Amino acid sequence: MNMGKELSLYIHIPFCERKCLYCDFLSFNAEKELMGSYFKTLSKEIQLSGKVYKDYIVRSVFFGGGTPSFPDHGKICDTLDQIKESFTMDDDCEISIEANPASAIYDKLQAYRNAGFNRLSIGAQSLNDEELKRLGRIHDSRQFFETYENARKAGFDNINIDVMSALPGQSLESYMDTVRKVIELRPEHISAYSLIIEEGTPFYDMDLELPDEEEDRLMYHETKKYLAQNGYHRYEISNYALGGQSDDTYECFHNKAYWIRSNYLGLGLGAASMIEDVRWSNIKDIKDYIAFMADDSSFDKIRENVENLSIEGRMEEFMFLGLRLVRGVDLNEFETLFKRTAEEVYAEVIYKYVEMGLLHRYVEKKSGHEYLCLTEKGLDVSNTVMADFLIE
Amino acid sequence: MDQSKIRNFCIVAHIDHGKSTLADRMIEKTGVLTSREMQNQVLDNMDIERERGITIKSQAVRMIYKAKDGEEYTFNMIDTPGHVDFGYEVSRSLAACDGAILVVDATQGVEAQTLANVYMALDHDLDVFPVINKIDLPSAQPQEVKDEIEDVIGLEAQDAPLISAKNGIGIEDVLEAVVHKIPAPTGDSDKPLTALIFDSIYDSYRGVIVFVRVRDGVIKKNMKVKFMATGAEADVVEVGYFGPGRFIASDELSAGDVGYFTASIKNIQDTRVGDTVTDSARPCAEALPGYKKVMPMVYCGLYPADSAHYSDLRDALEKLQLNDASLFYEPETSQALGFGFRAGFLGLLHLEVIQERLEREYDLNLVTTAPGVVYKVHKTDGTVFDLTNPSNLPDPSEIEYMEEPVVNGEIMVTTDYVGAIMQLCQERRGKYISTDYIEQTRAILKYELPLNEIIYDFFDALKSRSRGYASFDYELKGYERSELVKLDILINREEVDALSFIVHKDGAYERGRKMCEKLKDEIPRHLFEIPIQAAVGGKIIARETVKAYRKDVLAKCYGGDISRKKKLLEKQKEGKKKMRQIGNVEVPQAAFLSVLKLDSAD
Repeated sequence: MNMGKELSLYIHIPFCERKCLYCDFLSFNAEKELMGSYFKTLSKEIQLSGKVYKDYIVRSVFFGGGTPSFPDHGKICDTLDQIKESFTMDDDCEISIEANPASAIYDKLQAYRNAGFNRLSIGAQSLNDEELKRLGRIHDSRQFFETYENARKAGFDNINIDVMSALPGQSLESYMDTVRKVIELRPEHISAYSLIIEEGTPFYDMDLELPDEEEDRLMYHETKKYLAQNGYHRYEISNYALGGQSDDTYECFHNKAYWIRSNYLGLGLGAASMIEDVRWSNIKDIKDYIAFMADDSSFDKIRENVENLSIEGRMEEFMFLGLRLVRGVDLNEFETLFKRTAEEVYAEVIYKYVEMGLLHRYVEKKSGHEYLCLTEKGLDVSNTVMADFLIE
Repeated sequence: MDQSKIRNFCIVAHIDHGKSTLADRMIEKTGVLTSREMQNQVLDNMDIERERGITIKSQAVRMIYKAKDGEEYTFNMIDTPGHVDFGYEVSRSLAACDGAILVVDATQGVEAQTLANVYMALDHDLDVFPVINKIDLPSAQPQEVKDEIEDVIGLEAQDAPLISAKNGIGIEDVLEAVVHKIPAPTGDSDKPLTALIFDSIYDSYRGVIVFVRVRDGVIKKNMKVKFMATGAEADVVEVGYFGPGRFIASDELSAGDVGYFTASIKNIQDTRVGDTVTDSARPCAEALPGYKKVMPMVYCGLYPADSAHYSDLRDALEKLQLNDASLFYEPETSQALGFGFRAGFLGLLHLEVIQERLEREYDLNLVTTAPGVVYKVHKTDGTVFDLTNPSNLPDPSEIEYMEEPVVNGEIMVTTDYVGAIMQLCQERRGKYISTDYIEQTRAILKYELPLNEIIYDFFDALKSRSRGYASFDYELKGYERSELVKLDILINREEVDALSFIVHKDGAYERGRKMCEKLKDEIPRHLFEIPIQAAVGGKIIARETVKAYRKDVLAKCYGGDISRKKKLLEKQKEGKKKMRQIGNVEVPQAAFLSVLKLDSAD
């Protein structure tokens, strides 16, 4: 076994009881029968992939959706069993599952824990029932507290809670109220996103009363301040972990894998992968996915948008993905990987944004490596900065 | 060919009175084309052009008509633009004709441009006969319109064909009238060649294609011809007629004919519209009068959006000028926009047409600066110069006074809107001259208006304030002294030369305020706050601020789906490319254009 090759697995569960009004992820409700075929197909994809990536050791698994807690938990646990059987698992493998407070009853959580899931991500979004209703969420705050309690009872000692800011009708007070209540629970991890209205979602066509930009920024800054005061550090644009800045115990390994361009394999409908600088994604039509997987001659048809990244493409990604992390990108690593210094490629951009106070260069003490990161101000406008790292 | 069987004519009309539809019907009826071919020609013109690799502007078409007298006639119909901006183009087309059909809308009657076009045709000694179009519409008043034509224009109209070009009614009458009312050409084929260039186009395969009307003599293949104005000589490669949508080669063109020729023309500047072509071996004594030389009235800067395309823009302008002699241009440099050209146009519509042709036919992406008129600057040292670029305005201490061009404007409008239109003219610094009632319900308002007040959006304003009932025509009267100032725009405290323009001092504040407001809407928010200021003589008279944006982050990047994120960033980057960098501010190209249409914003 080659211990050098690490892999993260993403498992997509595209089912939801009902789609939220702001959601533009690949999810839908489906008949039991279709769900059954889906899990069977997924299991087959896992088996086949295990053979292909037998030299890799799996460092993290993430069940996302959709709502992974919506389908029968037996199916989910079987899927995880299949993964363990097909792949080489690291002893410390981080295995996360997303759960909706409305569907995660105690028995389910218990079963997940027993199956080997060791990290739970609860989509609370808000603890204000009015706000939840406006989002089209199927749960209320009471159900969330219950779920959280049950999760602890079931033995989950690494829990993430998702909260959202800039919601329709949300005020700074109501948002901070949610944040305070979440912190009181002392989850190990908090994801704080601001709502982005995506084209194609019902929200896009609705006349919403959204907080203005100033309020939105205030919410963001208050989150950071308040979480810091309460022992959480920000390690990625939207993610906070319990512990001091240098304590990565509760940082989500899987999430970071995307930003540092580790190998990851997405299995299931529409899932995205990147292995050894090749990116692709699975197709998004569930009937095609099932049909293609059923026939040995058409397995390859489930993949689309295969892209062999050029050196420029890799440099771009290294920068714009890496900058999502608060610690930024390792410029020494850049040079090792690409045989050119970041200054050679990006002198103008780096100079410009350092000058404007949006980027910051520093030497990381432990490694002695030079890093480039977004400043506090830069994090707010990260897209603008990142876009400039694209090469013509 | 027997000259007595040739008719060279054009159709003049007010815009939308049905000129092109009538032309199409006539082509159809003369049987040169079947209805099906007609369809193809009309619809697939672009494809035909592409397929053959040649560009055919349908300025002229030859038709064969078998008249009721049993004789076969050759009709050469030459297209004329209908818009007031193109008076010059109309003029050059008219010079190639012997007569004109005047189309008048039975529901609208005589309009300002109808008059202008008829007078122009009469100036060229053309025989004009009217036809009344759209007689099938319920609101048609053919008799009233006939009377009006006689009263207002003084053309015999009682026997004017009553037609519906759209529905093909009365087309035969028009064709017969062409035979009987338009005179045959009267040239002499034995005399030395004298041919008028009324248009020319550039084709990448054949080079310059010259459109001529032969007055006297004959032009044929292999003959050496001379362009009288430029003195250039060339060997004729091909001569022919204008088929519908294509060129039909023939042996020769003789006196009275309209057609084209190609020749070994080396420099496209050698062929000038309005010039006379003659036989090198046996030149004619003197050139044809050509056309009334028209001066550009409106100037603006034309810049390639991507400065790397400067030479492409130059080549394109060179080629466009071939068939648009009224287009003037010279290189200029802007601090904001880099290398480009200062170009002169007959009017704003002309500018827009050229801009569109440059963008569509030559695939160029352009930035246009605010158009302005030509001012006369009288300096304290006694010298006078023409100012076409506001940036060249000398220091106020060196200026004695300035003059601006003024036009005589005629607005034809229904009496209901006289008040509204008078108010508009007042707002545009118009000097009232007179009101003439041509019938009970219609009046001609005469105003003297500064040209720079009408080049931007006067037409739009006129239309909207009269619900489309007003029509307008103007001619340059001359220059008058005026209190003018240069309005400067500063973006992030940096003066943008491309946005400067000359304005009457009383209108400076209003204009400056509107410019700032408009630019505020057009300039995207940046990472920093951007003041937009309007200044006159260094004094700030208006200000707006584009606030800095505080937030530009991505939502959840889910399941490692990087492609969406990357697309978004690419879009952002792409958007930036369409911007002009002014200092450290990215200004979209649209911003330069939008400030031209200030009034439509409120």
